[in-house]
Amino acid sequence: MSTTKHALPPGLPAPSTEEPLSAPYWKAAREGRLLVQKCQGCGRHQWGPEWICHRCHSFDLDWVEVKPRGSIYSWETPHHPVHPALTGHGPYTIVLVELPEADNIRMIGNLVGGSGAEPRIGAEVEAVFEPHDEASPPYTLVQWRIVG
Amino acid sequence: MTERTLRGKAAIAGIGETTYYKHGQSPDAEFKLALKAVLAACADAGIDPREVDGFATYGNDRSEATRLAAALGIHELRFSNMHWGGGGGGVAAAVANAAAAVHSGMANCVIAFRSLAQGQFARYGKGAQAPMAMGEDAFLWPYGLMSPAQRFAMKITRFMTENGIRHEALRAIALASYHHAQSNPRAVMQGRPLDEAKYDSSRWIIEPFHRLFDCCQENDGAAAVLVVPADRAKDLPHPPVYLLGAAQGGHHRSAAPVHNAPHYASAHFPTVARNLYEMAKCGPGDIDVLQAYENFTGGVLLGLVEHGLVKPEEANEFLVKENLLAPTGRMPLNTSGGNLAECYMHGLELVNEAVRQLRRTAINQVPDPEIAMVIGGPMVTPVSSLILGTEGTL
Repeated sequence: MSTTKHALPPGLPAPSTEEPLSAPYWKAAREGRLLVQKCQGCGRHQWGPEWICHRCHSFDLDWVEVKPRGSIYSWETPHHPVHPALTGHGPYTIVLVELPEADNIRMIGNLVGGSGAEPRIGAEVEAVFEPHDEASPPYTLVQWRIVG
Repeated sequence: MTERTLRGKAAIAGIGETTYYKHGQSPDAEFKLALKAVLAACADAGIDPREVDGFATYGNDRSEATRLAAALGIHELRFSNMHWGGGGGGVAAAVANAAAAVHSGMANCVIAFRSLAQGQFARYGKGAQAPMAMGEDAFLWPYGLMSPAQRFAMKITRFMTENGIRHEALRAIALASYHHAQSNPRAVMQGRPLDEAKYDSSRWIIEPFHRLFDCCQENDGAAAVLVVPADRAKDLPHPPVYLLGAAQGGHHRSAAPVHNAPHYASAHFPTVARNLYEMAKCGPGDIDVLQAYENFTGGVLLGLVEHGLVKPEEANEFLVKENLLAPTGRMPLNTSGGNLAECYMHGLELVNEAVRQLRRTAINQVPDPEIAMVIGGPMVTPVSSLILGTEGTL
């Protein structure tokens, strides 16, 4: 785990961090911890957050910390700026990361780590917590970096 | 027990559309475009517009059924229907819902339509402009994942990589649409041909599989079809085009949030295509002409694969321009120019083209087609697709 400067320029929409369904995730991210939903009924992880377990229909979903490691399931590198904040910024890479230790749930983030970071399906990655302390309210994004 | 089916129970009796414009260039307001398309479809069917008693649409169309009913002075409204989901995933579903309404007796004469004026309203290709991302979007937008192309591109990356499919296969899809548009006076891209070199040198929208010409246009216009019970259609000016099969929806958890669908690299047709063929009582080998919604060429590829029209391992070999052209190709595709080059009317223009092909009045006419398929917007949830046939297929 480490921190880095922001992957994308300022001005993109900020995440809503205080919605009841997802607030524990965002609170933990501020502390550099990766939390996801885990069903207390069947013991399986699920993502994104939902009120019910899609497997056993239990509403008893807990938040548990998972190891912030995974592998790239897919990726894309947008060039065309779809938001004014991205105009002139150039291409950036989005990765879909699978977490094998959490029932293969998948998460979205940016691939960080400099120009040497070539996205590749199957590449091992670890989370990089990216604090946005200047935001009001402040929040932390979870980004990903290729390991090794 | 009576078989539950729409096969042969309803027909498209009329089709209509406005002039198609580049986005922002329509002189008419969006609602006026909708009115013009409805009137055109009624005129084509030889039916008094006041006799329309239902409207079915999709993609959060802003031209509300009640306003249309009031503006057109229809005698009574018996069916108003909005199919969930954005974009063109619901194009075939809207036609099917209209057919279900007339077959069930809920209505007699239903318009399925789409109206879009992206000059008057926001464009799809621009990301969210809100300062805060709520719900699922909180896990997407802050990472610069906001546009439809960006939502779908990772499905394409995964599928193409897993199956070793080259970008040239997608290029053939784009070339076919542009080729067909050159002879179509309705096509916005008529007079703007596309060749391999122009495609290959076009700018990246998203690496690794979305160049500019892999992405649809954005346009202004409206299009509509008029759906009536099969018996009624026989007495109208055009040969009836019957609904043989229709299906909508998605496979298990295809809309799982934050890209967590178990079967991810999919256009969401695995179960839809099965149900479609089952109702239509035919298979992929029976399709004479194909209209497949191009939001992005990668989605067309996935749609073809999931409807059994192309095997992934044969995609590189089969998806070449010559195979996709009317009249002589092995699988004529998007014969009016489609979303890429005729008009991005969220696929309603594809339904109109399928009808023209079966009436044998298309500009790029396939020889004597009996069965046409329309595949709605791939990778959206829910998706839908449609099989239409001539009298001879009943």
